[in-house]
Amino acid sequence: MKYMCLIYGDEANHPQPNTPEMGQLMEGYMAFTKDIREKNVMVAGDPLEPIATATTVRVRGGRTETTDGPFAETKEQLGGYYILDCKDLDEAIAYAARIPTAAFGSIEVRPIMVFD
Amino acid sequence: MADGGEDAGRAALLAARASYSRLVAYLAAAAGDVAAAEDALSDAFRAALETWPDRGVPDKPEAWLLAAARHRLTDMSRHRAVQAQAAATLRLLTEEAADRAAVAPAFPDERLKLLFICAHPAIDIAARTPLMLQTVLGIDAGRIASAFLVSPAAMGQRLVRAKAKIRDARISFDVPEYHQLPERLDAVLDAIYAAYGTGWDDTAGTDSRRRGLADEAVWLARLAVELLPDAAEAHGLLALMLYCEARRPARRTEAGAYMPLSEQDVQLWRRPMIEEAKRALATAAAQHRLGRFQLEAAIQSQHAMRLTGGDINWASIVALYDALAEMSPTIGALIGRAAALAEERGAAAGLAALEAIDMDRARSYQPYWAVRGALLARLDRTDGADAAYERAIGLTEDRAVRAFLLTKMSTIER
Repeated sequence: MKYMCLIYGDEANHPQPNTPEMGQLMEGYMAFTKDIREKNVMVAGDPLEPIATATTVRVRGGRTETTDGPFAETKEQLGGYYILDCKDLDEAIAYAARIPTAAFGSIEVRPIMVFD
Repeated sequence: MADGGEDAGRAALLAARASYSRLVAYLAAAAGDVAAAEDALSDAFRAALETWPDRGVPDKPEAWLLAAARHRLTDMSRHRAVQAQAAATLRLLTEEAADRAAVAPAFPDERLKLLFICAHPAIDIAARTPLMLQTVLGIDAGRIASAFLVSPAAMGQRLVRAKAKIRDARISFDVPEYHQLPERLDAVLDAIYAAYGTGWDDTAGTDSRRRGLADEAVWLARLAVELLPDAAEAHGLLALMLYCEARRPARRTEAGAYMPLSEQDVQLWRRPMIEEAKRALATAAAQHRLGRFQLEAAIQSQHAMRLTGGDINWASIVALYDALAEMSPTIGALIGRAAALAEERGAAAGLAALEAIDMDRARSYQPYWAVRGALLARLDRTDGADAAYERAIGLTEDRAVRAFLLTKMSTIER
């Protein structure tokens, strides 16, 4: 079964580029990605550009409305994702716990719906 | 061999009902789906009620029900256009064939898996105990709702949501691995204790539904102990609940008046239950893995000394509460510690401990104010005692406890 791990973190408190913290985080992500690739668990995964680059699209009454950023006033923003192929939720949770951002942000694990 | 009479059918059905939880657990573990297992089993029971009176009771009613339920499950998953289900169907079909070949209809006891599923960290915490009561004990949602003081519709929805999550997110039906066991076992035991607490709060025993829940919690703890004989805390929880249950007949007078522990007639305590509690606590202690339930049971065992004419050793109780406050500083433990300190070192020491408790946690907790009232009264601080008792009374739902507190308040020496 495939699970999407949505990685949420607070951009305001995120490690800044060119700091040792950022270096450590990147190393963590590289090691994790390498491991799940080797284990054939990884289906896909990418980081996302910051929330400031986001555009929200809605179609209302046949008209396309585009607005800047998501509206939700949440502290944590979606910063990236992995799609993992795991045997059950427990395995997916175990992997999600190893995503470096889990240590300070949060990971939402959602099963991907399957159509026959 | 049966005469096909309706009575025989019902008798066999009753016998099969006794193994309800084993049947549900086995089917759910095979299908990875609790809701479907329950539906299939209830269809099987219905089919049994329809056919047994005419055709006679099968030799092995349990095996018959299992086969019928499996058949139904296979049908159901055939209809479900979800690819993932195909695997489960195949598994079921293979097992069905294997079952027919087997002479004895023996099937493994998967109830432990079911308990762990119900207490899975991915399941809504408010749904865990109700889920256990429904799936492991077969108690209907309406009754569970009344025990948890929520509407049957809300409880039904909570249970449906939890079961859908088990199926759709595919929560593992494996017994957790060794390193996960402590956390998961804690959740199982907490849920059992929550069920007991719900039953215990109904001190009056007027609501038979809620009193029943205490019995069921004890049943679940016995099951946990049977399935996990090495789990010290499971034995500890069983001991704790048995000590409390043993005192139930003494908690009210015949007229229904509330009796605090210190004034209970120990002759009304159920001795065999206390003996069993002692044995359970000894089994737990032999494992050398101390936990909160063992500590709480040990505190109860000190109170049980009164049964043999012994004095209560308050110093031991304080020491046990100290350990409990360190390991699991629940508001109840901190208040118990303050009350024990008051017995050992005087009311002032007890009050100091009580006042060290965070007011945010104590504000609407009735026992805090009842103990505070009693301690202030002993210290001749009558104004403060009155205020504390009034607060406690305001927070009490139980009529008999309210009457008891009113009497305490009116008999303060002024």
